[in-house]
Amino acid sequence: MAPLVRISGLKVAFDGTPVLHGIDLDIGKGEAVGLVGESGSGKSVTWLAALGLLPAKAKVAGSVQLDGRELLGAPGAVLDQVRGRRIAMIFQDPASALNPVLTIRRQLCESLALHRALHGEAARIEALRLLDLVGIPDAARRLSAYPHEFSGGQVQRIMIAMALAGQPDLLIADEPTTALDATIQAQILDLLSAVRREFNMAMVLISHDLGVVAENCDRVCVMYAGRIVERAPATRLFDDPWHPYAQGLIGALPPLDGARRRLQAIPGTVPDPRTLPSGCAFAPRCHHAGDDCHAGVPPLAPSEQERAVACLRPQRLPVELAAE
Amino acid sequence: MLRFFAIRFARALLTIALVVTFAFIVLRLSGDPALMIMGPEAPPEVIEAFRKAWGLDHPIWVQYLDYFKAIGQGELGRSMRDGRPAIQLVIERIPATLALTIPAFLVKVLLGIPAGIYAALHRGSAIDRAVMITAVAGFTVPSFVLALLLVLIFAVQLGWLPSGGQDSWRHAILPIATLGFGGAAVLARFTRSAMLEILGQPYIRTASAKGVPWRRVITDHALPNAAIPTVTILGFMVGSLIAGAVVVESVFSWPGVGRLLVVAVANRDLAVVQCILLLVAMTMVTSNLIVDFLYGLLDPRLRSKGAAA
Repeated sequence: MAPLVRISGLKVAFDGTPVLHGIDLDIGKGEAVGLVGESGSGKSVTWLAALGLLPAKAKVAGSVQLDGRELLGAPGAVLDQVRGRRIAMIFQDPASALNPVLTIRRQLCESLALHRALHGEAARIEALRLLDLVGIPDAARRLSAYPHEFSGGQVQRIMIAMALAGQPDLLIADEPTTALDATIQAQILDLLSAVRREFNMAMVLISHDLGVVAENCDRVCVMYAGRIVERAPATRLFDDPWHPYAQGLIGALPPLDGARRRLQAIPGTVPDPRTLPSGCAFAPRCHHAGDDCHAGVPPLAPSEQERAVACLRPQRLPVELAAE
Repeated sequence: MLRFFAIRFARALLTIALVVTFAFIVLRLSGDPALMIMGPEAPPEVIEAFRKAWGLDHPIWVQYLDYFKAIGQGELGRSMRDGRPAIQLVIERIPATLALTIPAFLVKVLLGIPAGIYAALHRGSAIDRAVMITAVAGFTVPSFVLALLLVLIFAVQLGWLPSGGQDSWRHAILPIATLGFGGAAVLARFTRSAMLEILGQPYIRTASAKGVPWRRVITDHALPNAAIPTVTILGFMVGSLIAGAVVVESVFSWPGVGRLLVVAVANRDLAVVQCILLLVAMTMVTSNLIVDFLYGLLDPRLRSKGAAA
C-alpha cells in the first residue's frame, strides 16, 4: 500500500547552515509515528518544511509527497488545501498558538468555512460538537470567549478541536503536552489517542519525551542533529535500542519497576549545526565510537524486523536475549 | 469598567492642573510682561499702573490662586495686548490650524500605515529598504529644515507653490506636506515593527497551518493585533492636532494657534499662552482617554482586566 505521506531526501538550511540532512520517512494511513530527539534535532523543522511553514529564508530541498502529489514548491493555493484539510498541525505552546483578539468561535468557524464550507448556524453547531468532543465543558457559553479566558490544557483541547475541524488524514502534534502540567499531559494524550481511533487519522507525535511516544505510537524515529539515526517499532526500540544515542535516551529514563539505579546521562551536548563533526554527529559523545565513526556519516541501514539504524557499531542484544 | 475610567479621568484632570501650574510658574519667572508690552522706555508710573491693572503686583501665590479660581468659573483671562478675552483669540485661530493638521493627519495615516505594512510584508526587499531609509530621513530631519527645503524646491526653484501666507488652498500644500511627511515616517516605522513582531507570533503560524490563505492571515489575524500598538502613536498624533504645527506655522507664516503661541510667548501675553497650553493639555489628555478606550475595544485581554479592576 502506498504511504499517505512520503518524505524523501528532505534537506533544510537556514542562512546556509544545514539543519536537516536528508530525511526519509513514510507515514502510512492511520498510523501513529513518534519523532523523538533533543531540541534542535530537526523534529519540528521536518514538518514545518513539509507544509511550507518555514520562513522564506529557509532553503528546502528534497521531496514531500501526499498521496503521490508533490508538496514542496507547490503553489500557495494547493498548500492551503492541504494544510488543515489533509494535514493538520498543533503546537507546543497552546497559550500563544491561538489568536488573542479573536473569539474561539471565530477561530473554529474559520477552519469550518475553509475546509467544510460550513457557515453561520451550521458552523456554530459543528463548532459546538467539536468542543464537546474534545471535552470543553459548557461549550455553548464558552464559544464566545477569548483564548486568554481558558487554561493551558483547555486551549490545547481547542487547538485539537480546530485541527479536527478539517477532518484531516494526518495530525502532526508538535510537542503537544510539553507546556502542560503532568496530569493535563496524560489527559491530552488520551484525547489524541481517542480522536485518532475515532477518525482513523494518522498521527505524528513529536516529542522529546520517550515515554509519551512509547505509549502512543506504533513506530518511532529517533532523530539526532538533523538525521534519523534509528527507526523501529515502538516496543522493540524500548526493549532493545540499537543506536548508542537511543540507548542513552532510554538509559536516562527512570525505570518504573525493578531496583533503583543511577540514571545515566549522555555526556556532552548536542553539536552546533554550524560546526558538525565530519563523521557521525553522535560520535564525539559515544562510548563505542571508533576511528571509522569519525570518517564518514553512517547511512540509515535497513535491517530485519522493520528496523533501521545509522550506526557502524549498533549495540544489538544477542538474538536469544532479544527474543525474551 | 466605570471605575477604570473614573481613575483615568481623575488622572487626566491632575495632568491638566500640573501643565497649567508649570506654565504659570515658568512664564512668571522668565520675564516681566509689563516691560515686554509697554516697552523698556515706558515711564515707571505707567509700568506700575499696568502691573496693578493686571494684578501683577500681588505675590505670585495670590496670582496663582486667583488664576485657578478664575478657571473654575470658566474665566480664562484677557490678552494683555488688546484686552480681548484670550479664549476668543485662540478660538479664532483654531480653524486655520486644523486646516493644516487634519489633512496632514490623513497624509500620515494613509501614507505611513500602508507603507509600514508593505515594508513588513516584504522585509529585506528593495522597497522595504527604500521605505525605511525615507522613514529615517523623515523623522531625523527637523520639520523646519524640511519646510525650508520644500520652500527652496517648490517655491523658489520651481515656482509652483507660494512660500508662505494663507490666501488660497495652494498656500496650504507645503505646510501640510511638511507635517504629513514627518508623521508618515514615524508611523511607517512604527507600523512596520509592530507588524513584524506580530508576524513572528505562533498564532500566525497556526493560522497558516490551518490553511488560511496568506492574504487573509494578514487581514484577519495580523492586522487586528498590530493595530493595538499603532493606536498609541495615532493617539499622540490626534493629541497634537491643535499644537503640533508651531514650527511649521511659523516658517510658512500661517496664522494658526501655533504662531499665536510663539507671538504670545515672545510678548509674555500670559493669559493667551496659558489658554493655549490649557487647550493643548486638554486635547492631549482627551486623546489619551480615547486611546485607552480603544485599547479595551481592540484587546479582549485588557477588557477583562479592566472589568476586574
